[in-house]
Formats: sequence, C-alpha cells, structure tokens
Amino acid sequence: MIQKIIFAGFGGQGVLFAGKTLAYAGMDEELQISWLPSYGPEMRGGTANCSVILSDEPIGSPVITSPDILIAMNKPSLEKFENAVAPGGLIVLDSFLIDKKVERDDVDVIYIPAKQLAEENGNATLGNMIMLGASLKHKDMISLEAVCRSVEEHTPQSRAALAELNKKMITIGYQY
Amino acid sequence: MEKKVLMKGNEALAEAAMRSGCRHFFGYPITPQTELAAYMAKQMPKRGGTFLQAESEVAAINMVYGAAGAGARVMTSSSSPGISLKQEGISYIAGADLPCVIINIVRGGPGLGGIQPAQSDYFQATKGGGHGDYRLLVYAPSSVQEMADLVGVAFDKADTYRMPAMIMGDGMLGQMMEPVSFKEPIAPEDLPQKEWATCGTGMKRKKNIINSLYLTPDELEELNDARLKRYETILKDEVLFEEYQTEDAELIFVAYGTIARIVMSSVNTLREQGIKAGLIRPITLWPFPSEIINQRADSAKMFLTVEMSQGQMVEDVRLAVNGKKPVYFYGRNGGMVPEQEAIVEEAKKYLQK
Repeated sequence: MIQKIIFAGFGGQGVLFAGKTLAYAGMDEELQISWLPSYGPEMRGGTANCSVILSDEPIGSPVITSPDILIAMNKPSLEKFENAVAPGGLIVLDSFLIDKKVERDDVDVIYIPAKQLAEENGNATLGNMIMLGASLKHKDMISLEAVCRSVEEHTPQSRAALAELNKKMITIGYQY
Repeated sequence: MEKKVLMKGNEALAEAAMRSGCRHFFGYPITPQTELAAYMAKQMPKRGGTFLQAESEVAAINMVYGAAGAGARVMTSSSSPGISLKQEGISYIAGADLPCVIINIVRGGPGLGGIQPAQSDYFQATKGGGHGDYRLLVYAPSSVQEMADLVGVAFDKADTYRMPAMIMGDGMLGQMMEPVSFKEPIAPEDLPQKEWATCGTGMKRKKNIINSLYLTPDELEELNDARLKRYETILKDEVLFEEYQTEDAELIFVAYGTIARIVMSSVNTLREQGIKAGLIRPITLWPFPSEIINQRADSAKMFLTVEMSQGQMVEDVRLAVNGKKPVYFYGRNGGMVPEQEAIVEEAKKYLQK
C-alpha cells in the first residue's frame, strides 16, 4: 500500500498542519511516512502545499508527481494540481471557496463547503481539518479513529480543548 | 533508542548535535537551512549551551575556530552560498588540526542560485573548498533518521582525527519530516578530555598553542605530511556505503543522499521488468567508497551515476572504475529533482546500446 496525498491552498489556511496531522497518524499506525513542504516561490503564488506519503514499504522519493489524493483549498491549487492526480484518484475541494467544477471524469470528487462548515461549527479557521476528515473516506486512507487518536496523542495537555475541536471538525468532514 | 518523533531534517540535525554533547552553535540564517539555527536558538539556552547568531558566515566560522581550539564540541550550519563564505575559516581550522562539524544543506548554485535542493557542492566539499592541502570528512545522509545518526559519528570522528567533518544534505532533506528516534544524550563533561585544547593551563602544564602559520617550509611540510598520514588511515578505516541488489546487477547506479532513495525506487521498477539493476550509495563522500565500486566493476556491465548537479561525483566513480567498464551520467540541476521514471528510461537507453 502506498498513498500519495497533496494538501494545497493559501498560506494561513493550515495546509501544512493538515498534512502534519495525517503524517502523525501514519506514524502512530506504524506506517512509513514522509512530509515535504513547498518552501519555494510557489508559497507566494497561492499554492502553498505539502506532500504526504503513507506506505508500508520504505519511501523512495518524497516528491509527489502524481498524487492519489488532492486536497485543494483554493482555486489556484485546483488549477495547478488537477491534471496531476492519478486516474482513479480523489480530489477533495472546498466548494465554498472554489467556484469551479473538476473537469476530469476519471477521478472521484468530493465537493465540500469546508470553510462554511467550520464557521457554522464554531471556528472558521479549521476548514483544513474538515478537508482532512473528508479525505479519510477514500478506501485506502487511515481510519477516522486512528487520526482522532493521533490528534489527542500529539496535542499538548495544555491545549486539550483544541484537540477536541480538531477531532470534531475531522469527524464533521468525514460524515459530510 | 527513544520513541519516534516526527521532525524536519534540519531540526533532527540540531537535536542530534546537542545529544552528542555539542553546546556551542554559531550560525547565520539562510534558506533552506534556517530551522536548524532556529531550533538551536530555542534549545541551547535550556541545555546550558551557547547559541549565537553571528553578523556573517565569516564571523560564525571563526567563532567555531575559537570554540574548537578551546576543546568544545561545536557546530555551524549554512547552505551553499554561506558555505562558500566559510571556506577561509574551514581551511584555517583544518590547518590548525581542530575538530568541528559543519552542516551544508545544499541549494542550487552557482552564485546566489536558488533555494531548491541540489548536490552541486560536491566538488567544494570533497576536493578542498578552501586553500591548501586538506580534507574534510564528508557524510551524506539520505533520510532524516540517518541525518540524526551521522551527526554523532561526525563529532566522534572529527575528535578522533582532529579535523573538520561536514554533513551534506540538500534542501529536500532539510525541509522534509520523517519519524526519527534519538540516542541517549551524552553530557559534554563525559566526553574524552582534549589534551591539546587551549582552555587554561591552571599553572600545572606547558601551554598549548593553536596555530596555522608556519613560515619555515620544512616545518610546514612535516606537519602537512603528518596530516596526510592521518588521511591515509581514514581512507582505509572510515569508508561507509550501502549496497542494494548489486550482486548480480548488470547496471549499477551510484547515487547519494536524497537521489539515492529515488534511484532505489528506480532499481525496483527495473527489477520488476526483469532488468538487473543495483545501487551503490556512498555514505561517506570523502573517504569515497572506491574499492567496492572497483570490485563491482568486474561483474557489472556499466555504471550510471545520478546526481542533482551537472556531474561531479561521476568523476570519482570513473576514477574508481578505472576504465574497466563505461560510466554514464544523468543529472538535473538548479533545484530540479530527477524523477524516478526518467532515471528508469535513462538506464534503459544505455542498456540497449
């Protein structure tokens, strides 16, 4: 099993953190994992992104040329990565922020108004967790339980309320 | 080994250094290495150490020179253009026979170049970036775990041979996070004493002198030749490499660092297609694993060196193969990373010749 996931959006939307949350869950599930952020000029063009690989074998390149899952949190990111997604892959996009449909018909798509859902549930900045939750519906992803367990494990005691909130948002995304 | 944590390569280098008894760090920020200095800035004061952001790379390396002379385990880190600035100091440190660890998280060059990963500082690291006859121990990790492990090795060997050691990563290794576990920390006071260090005589012994200026030629030659003897021991005893599927390989790749991981995937793809490919991954770039490459040249049909440069390590591979078999090269540079599929295609091109 090898899953290649790209999280992309504007700086500040928490795409790096969403990727890190998944990477931690993979580590706790004893999978091989890598997390690679973009740190170049694309950060300024609205497509800040990170590449997460989950695998049961040692990971070769941490660079993803053809993701199995794309999590797009703004329009430039969808436009940049849509064609790279592997046939049969999954695109999760925030339909509240992206007024565009996926043009391909050989991939699965989840349209989810993540920012709106986050706002309605008490914290507008946690759209990233909603998106992560939605991506867990993919058949080869880590289970919702494992991700929630890992969020609890890796959030400092002093910020336990935040862990609860993150878990809530991930679950809302998963159940959408 | 402790429980695994998720960390960036840059942070793992810093944590491993402090656990190896390093309590002195002098640096100057530069992408893609800055997280290392940032981690040191946060952690050093908590562990009774010194973190200092110098006014320039030149100042930082000279602070390393001073701390190393006083016998401390000391580190500096930078990325390509910053490492170029440090070269004068590195030559002095080598000339004064002092141990230290220098980190280079390589980015595309020449000049200011770019900030994406590259391996184009191989010549600078292995052939003497500064003036004079000298060497650095050069380690090339290919994962975050290996970055952490090699820091301890680099400090130990630098002390043993009284010379600077360098760890060469690239922007990708520095920035990526992988699970890593660390060894139990060593306290600086538990490290072996350095009899030669200039840390005060206490009126009990003759004074030690740290110097790299010798105006009498026969004296300088004698010192340089004594150093050469140490280098010869290193060439014999300190070579590190990893082999993957080389026993029956017709085509052997030679690659280090991040690229070696990508090549390993290419080897798997080629094997699935019935093509006998293998990989030799140098872990020390100096001393270079020439012997194993020369041995494998008896059974392999050809070599293909893959680098994120226009072809630097390939020269050492050719010297090692010594004309026995053809040595080809494939590389991307300027921050571009060779893709697994492209490496496979390149290999097939030469195999069909």
